[in-house]
Amino acid sequence: MEGITLDLLALQIFTGLALGAIYVLMALGMSLLFGMLTVVNFAHGAFYMVGAYVAVALLGLGANFWVCLFFAPILVGLLGMLVERVLIRPLYGRGIDYPLLLTFGLSYVMIEAVRILFGTTGISFDTPDVLVGAADIGIGYFPIYRLFVIGVAAAAVLGLWLFLERTPYGLIIRAGARDPQIVRILGIDVGRVWLVVFGIGTGLAALAGMLAAPLQGASPEMGDSVLAIAFVVTVVGGMGSLLGAVLAGLLVGVVVSLASLFAPEMAQVSIFALMAVVLIIRPQGFFGRAGLMS
Amino acid sequence: MTAMLTVEGMNAWYGPSHILQGVDLEVRRGEIVCLIGRNGAGKTTTLRTIMGLVDRSTGRVVFEGQDLMKRPAHIRNRLGLGYVPEERRIVSGLTVRENLRLGLLASAVKRPERVVIDEVATIFPRLAERLDQTAITMSGGEQQMLAIARATVSQPKLLMLDEPSEGIMPVLVDEMFELFGRMRDGGTTILLVEQNVELALALGDRAYVMDGGGIVHHANSAALLADEATKERYCSV
Ligand SMILES: Nc1ncnc2c1ncn2[C@@H]1O[C@H](COP(=O)(O)OP(=O)(O)O)[C@@H](O)[C@H]1O
Ligand SMILES: [Mg+2]
Repeated sequence: MEGITLDLLALQIFTGLALGAIYVLMALGMSLLFGMLTVVNFAHGAFYMVGAYVAVALLGLGANFWVCLFFAPILVGLLGMLVERVLIRPLYGRGIDYPLLLTFGLSYVMIEAVRILFGTTGISFDTPDVLVGAADIGIGYFPIYRLFVIGVAAAAVLGLWLFLERTPYGLIIRAGARDPQIVRILGIDVGRVWLVVFGIGTGLAALAGMLAAPLQGASPEMGDSVLAIAFVVTVVGGMGSLLGAVLAGLLVGVVVSLASLFAPEMAQVSIFALMAVVLIIRPQGFFGRAGLMS
Repeated sequence: MTAMLTVEGMNAWYGPSHILQGVDLEVRRGEIVCLIGRNGAGKTTTLRTIMGLVDRSTGRVVFEGQDLMKRPAHIRNRLGLGYVPEERRIVSGLTVRENLRLGLLASAVKRPERVVIDEVATIFPRLAERLDQTAITMSGGEQQMLAIARATVSQPKLLMLDEPSEGIMPVLVDEMFELFGRMRDGGTTILLVEQNVELALALGDRAYVMDGGGIVHHANSAALLADEATKERYCSV
């Protein structure tokens, strides 16, 4: 353990938060889709990946990073809405396994489509100039881009929270997640709400993918591992709980990051160990409602 | 008086079970119509089918000249059909104010929230004191008041109530039934499902008796109130 100072530990925890920020964005979307639509979205990783590739395509068209950051989530959100309307909607009310299988298949279609359009090898993705380099954050130098990722994720979480808590649409979403029938008998078209929720969930996945691209490049398979982690985060945080998704996302990020410092070969396993421990102690996750799955 | 709601040959199924087997009833403008019958007779299913919440149903449901059968529940509400379901169904996690706001969001009649809250406060003073309280923490009676307020802030033409007195203190039940009377005087038509038969018939204008998924008897409320034999046969538990 020699050479591991407190500062290094603190920096590693900070790195974990940046990683966790990406997981938070993924898990928020998954949790929203599950909490409201009881859709377990196996294509969430594919939407993440498509987010990065839409940004690649926009860059190819001459757009700059900031334009991509704004439009990639919106475009992918629109794609998500199309998927909801055409593919998912006919399956509502048929049990949880139908949309699960559909999105599972859909993810392969999306990955294959990207392979055909962009090739099977990964594409590097430049960090915009202003975000290159490192900044002194008191405990040591930390990559600016990672700080930026934390900031964007925090802004997205705050924005989502304000939207859900402070707008009429958010009120409908919160009510609809708990009792869609009551929302319907009060004259509100729940179907349209579900469409919007799907757009938000997939848009958040795209934002996560686009933010991750400068860190690791874009590849057709980039969503696979993050999907597994997002599942863990959603389960640990509690299915359908947004606060749970945020806390669990950051926790998992930090655990991965610390594990890779102390025992790199255990980094992936540590997440699933964490999930197992949480599930044994608290089967519904941190903030999940007991019995949601029954 | 013209019919506001006409139901003819209405059938409904839950899965393979054929629950409603040709329900016929009519509600006229300005009336309180009671729908009574013992547990499992099909009263709740009747209201749910009229509201458009039952997946498989047939027959004719005409409301204010509009055929409802092909329309989804939220459109039926916007046409002026209010519904207070069984067990109140107060949405957990929302405050009293948010519950009222939810009732107002899709309302065809646009009124400022402040005006509506003031109005609710005069009718349900207890709710006004608890506007920012989580609604689910209130007593059963207060929750029922909220469920009624939530369904009426959009000023429905016809209000359907499913056992509003269930599990509520008798003094509040009396208060609630007085309110229904005032609502009728104010121009709201009411279709009332009740286990509290005596109280409902004393308030109502006409009554239908249900049994086995169909209407088995129809009379003026006063006549049925005096008809011990019919009440004994279909409503005793
Ligand atoms: N969700 C459901 N699935 C299957 N059967 C149901 C369901 N709800 C009610 N039923 C059946 O339909 C019949 C009528 O029920 P209901 O309309 O609730 O009667 P009431 O309101 O008069 O007590 C009963 O036999 C009941 O068991
Ligand atoms: Mg009933």
